[in-house]
Amino acid sequence: MLRGLWKLTWLEIKIFLREPMGAFGSIVLPVLVFLVVGRVAGGRIMPTPSSIAGRGVFAFLGAGLPVLVTILIALNGVTSLVTIISIYREGGILKRLRATPMRPLTILTAHVLVKLLLSVVTLALMMLAGKRYYPVDIHVPVLGFTLALLISTWSILSMGFVIASIVPTARFAQPLGTAILYPMIGVSGLFVPIHSLPPVLQTVARLTPLTYAVSLLQGIWKGESWSAHWSDVVALVAVFVICSALSSKVFRWE
Amino acid sequence: MVAVDEVSFDVAEGEIFGLIGPNGAGKTTTMECVEGLRTPDRGAISIFGIDPFRDVSALQSRIGIQLQQAQLQKRIKVWEALDLWASLYPSAVDGHRLLEQLGLADKRNAWFMTLSGGQKQRLFIALALINDPELLFLDELTTGLDPQARRAIWDLVRDIRARGKTVFMTTHLMEEAERLCDRVAIIEHGRVIDVGSPQELVRRHCPERTVVLATDDQRAGEHLEAIPHLERITSVDSQFTIYGRGEGFVTAVIHCLSENQIHVTDFRTVLPNLEDVFLKITGHSIRD
Repeated sequence: MLRGLWKLTWLEIKIFLREPMGAFGSIVLPVLVFLVVGRVAGGRIMPTPSSIAGRGVFAFLGAGLPVLVTILIALNGVTSLVTIISIYREGGILKRLRATPMRPLTILTAHVLVKLLLSVVTLALMMLAGKRYYPVDIHVPVLGFTLALLISTWSILSMGFVIASIVPTARFAQPLGTAILYPMIGVSGLFVPIHSLPPVLQTVARLTPLTYAVSLLQGIWKGESWSAHWSDVVALVAVFVICSALSSKVFRWE
Repeated sequence: MVAVDEVSFDVAEGEIFGLIGPNGAGKTTTMECVEGLRTPDRGAISIFGIDPFRDVSALQSRIGIQLQQAQLQKRIKVWEALDLWASLYPSAVDGHRLLEQLGLADKRNAWFMTLSGGQKQRLFIALALINDPELLFLDELTTGLDPQARRAIWDLVRDIRARGKTVFMTTHLMEEAERLCDRVAIIEHGRVIDVGSPQELVRRHCPERTVVLATDDQRAGEHLEAIPHLERITSVDSQFTIYGRGEGFVTAVIHCLSENQIHVTDFRTVLPNLEDVFLKITGHSIRD
């Protein structure tokens, strides 16, 4: 069904690395920014290793910051996915692929795999770099968090599938993706706990995939068990399934 | 809006069939319906007995498609594109040999964005041929190419026919259709006006023959007036332009010249071509 997927994915990775700003802009630069911020803020974080489990700003720095970074990278993935697909559409590349047995889902999936790989590489570098500025006694379940990260990012990117499938031009793609997705961060529970939101926003939060991603990522980072977060996983997988099905229905080649 | 209406034709195995007409006539729309890329509101299409809307996947492995104005990723290499395309089909021919046949062997590591217009078109032909199709679709293959590149592509298309493949192409260039196509369908405003070989169409629609000759003989005008099926004669200095109709008209002119022993210093016939056919049956030039 997904014939050509691995070949296309590998190809897109190579093509990405050939872009003048490709690897630098999306891997090196974020890590550099992170290092600079860490150095500036480092003095304030270092002396309070024991307050990780505490409240307020330190709690945010403990689990909030890595999760925020993950979400931002995923959302950035969505906008770049939407942009690249619309560039392919405008340039007639999709049109040419349409005349082959390749299916739209294969093209979308290949680009998602490229983005996932980039996200993982970027985050791994950040975590390595962050070790210098974060207290050394943090015990993050790296494998578990990576898995949570993959599930969350995949699910968030699948929302990008739908936008990418219908957005008419590349110029339109970036602002549309941003306008739809970034407001979701506000109600995701990342800054304000969901139970302290007004009832209307609580409902909005429950309908927003980002909420489940934040809950899962934060929980796993803090070392909570997967069984406590199975509903998050179900919600994220459901989002992925629905969005994939929807996008292969509405996919526009031209 | 209806772009194509009343279009009907058959393409025979092993021929180069051309759909010709001005830009916007419905050539690409028609071709995309046949390729299974577009679903017509009504009508029937059958390729190898396959209905392209019912079973596009059965069709795809037996056809090759070159699209008008398609692009690839800017930084994809030539061999990578062929490799990807090859992986999409159940069976594929040797990509390297294909590049050699199309004169792209030394470009196999070049990025798509660095290729010239002619090289891009040759790559698209290579991609269309990767699954060894029985039927090849070529849509405005040489548009935007310089005359030299155009001629090189024509030779390639003839080679493809020589290998037993059927070619279905569109063009708005009458010269291209005349030189390449075994049969053509003239399409305008979404309707097929006529189908036949270029020679047949010329015979059918433009029976006029024109002979231009030069002579110093003072008696020439008088004798030429007597040629059967003559329509009119114009003369400027010693040059006559003689208009007539029918297959035998040119022979009749020659006969008249030899019978009356008229000495000619120049003699040529002006044959109508597809361009004239188009003008005749649509009332306007294809370039308008």
